[in-house]
Amino acid sequence: MNYDNGLRRFRRGTIAAWGLLVVCALALNIGPSFAAGDAKKPKPHDWSWESGPAGITGTFDRGALQRGFKVYKEVCAACHGLKFIAFRNLADPGGPGFSADEVKAIASEYTKEVLDEFGDPVEVPRAPFDHFPSPFANEVQARASNNGAYPPDLSVINKARAGGADYIHSLLIGYKDAPAGFELGDGMYYNEYFKNKQIAMAPPLFEDIIEYDDGTPATIEQLSEDVVTFLMWTAEPKLEERKRMGFMVIIYLILMAALLYFTYRRIWSDRH
Amino acid sequence: MSGHSTYEPTTGFEKWLDVRLPIVRLVYDSFIVFPTPANLNYWWTFGGILTVCLAIQIVTGVVLAMHYVANADMAFQSVEHIMRNVNYGWLIRYVHANGASMFFLAVYIHMFRGLYYGSYKEPREVLWILGVLIFLLMVATAFLGYVLPWGQMSFWAATVITNLFGAIPYVGEAIRELLWGGFSVDNPTLNRFFSLHYLLPFVIAGVVVLHIWALHVPGNNNPLGIDVKGPQDTVPFHPYYTMKDAFGIVVFLILMSYFVFFNPTILGHTDNYIEANPLVTPDHIVPEWYFLPFYAILRAIPDKLMGVIAMFASIAILFIVPWLDTSKVRSTTFRPLYKIFFWVFVADCILLGYLGAMPAEGAYVIWARLATAYYFAHFLVILPVLGLIETPRKLPESISKPVLSSSGPSPAPAE
Amino acid sequence: MADAISDETNRRDFLYVATAGVAGVGVAFAAWPVIDQMNPSADVRALATIEVDISQIAVGQSLTVKWQGKPVFIRRRTQEEIEVAEAVPLSDLPDPQADADRTENPEWLVMLGICTHLGCVPLGEQGDFNGWFCPCHGSHYDTSGRIRKGPAPKNLEIPPYEFLSDSLILIG
Repeated sequence: MNYDNGLRRFRRGTIAAWGLLVVCALALNIGPSFAAGDAKKPKPHDWSWESGPAGITGTFDRGALQRGFKVYKEVCAACHGLKFIAFRNLADPGGPGFSADEVKAIASEYTKEVLDEFGDPVEVPRAPFDHFPSPFANEVQARASNNGAYPPDLSVINKARAGGADYIHSLLIGYKDAPAGFELGDGMYYNEYFKNKQIAMAPPLFEDIIEYDDGTPATIEQLSEDVVTFLMWTAEPKLEERKRMGFMVIIYLILMAALLYFTYRRIWSDRH
Repeated sequence: MSGHSTYEPTTGFEKWLDVRLPIVRLVYDSFIVFPTPANLNYWWTFGGILTVCLAIQIVTGVVLAMHYVANADMAFQSVEHIMRNVNYGWLIRYVHANGASMFFLAVYIHMFRGLYYGSYKEPREVLWILGVLIFLLMVATAFLGYVLPWGQMSFWAATVITNLFGAIPYVGEAIRELLWGGFSVDNPTLNRFFSLHYLLPFVIAGVVVLHIWALHVPGNNNPLGIDVKGPQDTVPFHPYYTMKDAFGIVVFLILMSYFVFFNPTILGHTDNYIEANPLVTPDHIVPEWYFLPFYAILRAIPDKLMGVIAMFASIAILFIVPWLDTSKVRSTTFRPLYKIFFWVFVADCILLGYLGAMPAEGAYVIWARLATAYYFAHFLVILPVLGLIETPRKLPESISKPVLSSSGPSPAPAE
Repeated sequence: MADAISDETNRRDFLYVATAGVAGVGVAFAAWPVIDQMNPSADVRALATIEVDISQIAVGQSLTVKWQGKPVFIRRRTQEEIEVAEAVPLSDLPDPQADADRTENPEWLVMLGICTHLGCVPLGEQGDFNGWFCPCHGSHYDTSGRIRKGPAPKNLEIPPYEFLSDSLILIG
């Protein structure tokens, strides 16, 4: 068999296959940006979990996760739920790294309704296996209290918006005064990153709106970066495990491919 | 399966079994000694890759069904449960979701390979038709599966696609209600889609068996497109092609692993992480990337019924390709004119894919119409006409001949 | 010459064995997630232990709580019940076990409320021995939850538990 010829053909084939895939992926990526209407493209940010080529070595900044949780708890939680997250998750590996006792204390700050021995509802503290409560009983109540807008649950928000973490971050720090002549709706705020450049959410972050336990200065930029990191974890709690496993799987597959390639060449070697 | 079997049972048990159920003989004849042209290139590994894709989808799918809840109130939540609580649930779900994309990538390469090397031509028409049937079943399965997470794109894809059937005159309305089990996409729809999504892969597996059977009667086509002249042109399938296929499969798995582990959501749409809401349509509905060319064809036609017909016709036309192509020469390597048109056709399909992702407005619509027209012209005009007017290059005498003559100045002596 | 050939053969064999071996290891690793997904998931495991407040249980009263989907009887025994249980000679028991071996603190009896016969839930303060009585097939348990009469082969099972304080126990 002509080895060089085969390899050349194989290379050409691989390039073609990749080309096809990249074109398709590009087409897909351009799609959602149109969906945002005349909104500004989110600014790319250097996230802790995206470090290394293709984010291979990225892990969550533990401090940012803990600070971000505080931002969520003291600011966002007033209007936004986090229904897919249980308190116990806060102690999971690859997460904010709270201890079991800290988790218990955090959970007990919230209450839930259970039935007592007479069948009457009573409020008891939440346990680690309980989930975060939703701030509103239902969507109707949520809309009624928010000028008709519905504050979405934040559990998977980073995966549910085109632009992901970059978009949420850009949005949180992107509030500005509306330019002259811009017609702002009633109870709306100007934000270039949101669809139609106006959003019903009031600017949620202000400098020193909360005090960080580790003494980090609470600038708007910092608050946003931390809470977006936290929300990336809530959306992808297995991200660190996934990348770690992926690294090993790909090393293994490359080794396997090499072994199979030599086996294949060896078997074909008598077909000259 | 063709010709006489050379299998000789050795052990007592094999002899006993062979006269009762000659399954070892079947495997031996079909996958061990099966005479395979010696000149197959890497594009031929995609058959094996697709078999692995189907196996991965079935195994991960059966496992996901152990945790998924096919109920409109709980489906989204149960998927998050899989992602967060089930042991390795995130891995299994990402493999399944990205596996669908990889499956389509592989099947498109496999189909274009068939088109390039004329693998659909006499005597392999039935093989090709069964392949198109598998593709059609894959399209249905992928669509049904995409509905299951019950996100916004799931819901609205289900709505849009089932509404296509409403375009059928007189009975369209009734068919739609039959599909929905109600007056809109709702819980009954989800439940039956789950049932069918679980069923169809096994139907695919059945047709794959027929596909391989239909392959083994005439034997493999090959890059030269000429018939096998004798044993000097072939090698036994094992170990020559089992090892080559295995290498191709592992390389393909590396690509798949990149998506599963390092970019698991890039091939999906962000709106599908928003729970289904029957009252709000997403700003911009797009299908998964592998449906974009067909979606572009659907939208290119300004008439509802005609659009639906055009979209289905774009797949249906593949069934009659063996009779549309009038050229007797199989491999495009020896068809200088067709080679150009083949790559133009590939570009046209990619262009259609791109246009399917764009909003249906302005210049995009014009381009989509041109690309759609070209798509059909390729099959209905270019294939039949080119076969009549083109002068093919001289075909080699046999598969073993060009291999010997092109092996370069310094072939290593046989061991 | 002969050595060269056998070297070549060895290298070839090694390559084939290595390839097959590495492939086998890969298949085994790939199979594990598909099997392990059937084990209890994280949310289920989170409920594997429960804390029970026992401060409200008076002497002679029982509380039934659900633990890992099963009923657990927590009984604050009377002095009389304890004495009766301790007085039984082990030779009278089908499944001999001293009362002291069944409690952390004699006042508190914590056990699974599942009949060891066929899994029914026995009724409290009933039966020939004033302990528990299973209505399904007539098994009688004493005030220590030990089987005394009927088809059940074993005493009622004691789950792992510990006293976190005087009023709080951790089951599981």
